[in-house]
Amino acid sequence: MSTALRSPPVMPMQDRVIHWFRFASPASFYPLAGKMMPWFWALAAIFGAAGLYISFFVAPTDATQGEGYRIIFVHVPASWLSMFIYMVMAAWAGIGLALNARLSGMMAQALAPTGALMAFLSLWTGAFWGKPMWGTWWVWDARLTSELILFFLYLGFIALQAAIDDPRRADKAGAILALVGVVNVPIIYFSVKWWNTLHQGSSVSMTRAPSMAQTMLWGMLLMALAFWMYSVAVALKRVRTIILEREGHAEWVRNLPEVKP
Amino acid sequence: MNWGGPAEFFAMGGYALYVWGSFGVVALALIAEPLMLARRRSEILRTLRRNAMADRMDQESS
Repeated sequence: MSTALRSPPVMPMQDRVIHWFRFASPASFYPLAGKMMPWFWALAAIFGAAGLYISFFVAPTDATQGEGYRIIFVHVPASWLSMFIYMVMAAWAGIGLALNARLSGMMAQALAPTGALMAFLSLWTGAFWGKPMWGTWWVWDARLTSELILFFLYLGFIALQAAIDDPRRADKAGAILALVGVVNVPIIYFSVKWWNTLHQGSSVSMTRAPSMAQTMLWGMLLMALAFWMYSVAVALKRVRTIILEREGHAEWVRNLPEVKP
Repeated sequence: MNWGGPAEFFAMGGYALYVWGSFGVVALALIAEPLMLARRRSEILRTLRRNAMADRMDQESS
């Protein structure tokens, strides 16, 4: 019996294992993010178009607030995303701190400006809703003040990272700030329950049926999905730019088709 | 359909300033952010290309 004919041992399982950690390196995440981006832009556009259509043409006029209530279709998604992005940003920052992974720090850095923008939009649209309904652009109540603090936390995170020259040290310092700031998110979320505030209670709750018309709810959810997909797309776009800025010395960056002269 | 015509739509039942002031700024922000990012990306790409070209010229002259 000849040994030459014997085929090498087959290990079918091993071929199917996806090496997730491979994507933890900027070199392999950069092209992956580039491939994912168009899908998220497309989803954002589709959900946004459907959401806007429902917001303006399907959802009925509100009995007490007239047409003014339609601000809800941008106000609530922006507010949700400002809190959600903060949690995701803090999670990436924490993973970066624990595993000392470069890409995690970059992800946190990429999310911060979009989160800050969402917090700003939440405050802005809130003011434009408060003026006609409460008679004031701003009031120092628990919900509004804690959202303002969230906005400042984002700005603090961005400013702190910008002030430290070494990017790895900037990642670490930013991560600690981000993790400490997480305490603010539940305060925002529960502020309308814990304190007597001018801000209305949540229209959508996990424990009871939503206190609004079905079509209004659908419009709000579609707009929230659109904001979410937008945030993912724009964060991927920003993390790609950050990778180029921080890894410019690496060989693989020089061999990219967009860099090669 | 909620609206009798375009004029009624833009009037927003008297809340035009507030509704369009909200939606307008949101639209502006969500358009401006990707545009600013595209500029930042082309800036770093220009720098990287210039560095690559300088390296090549270094190698050719030495």
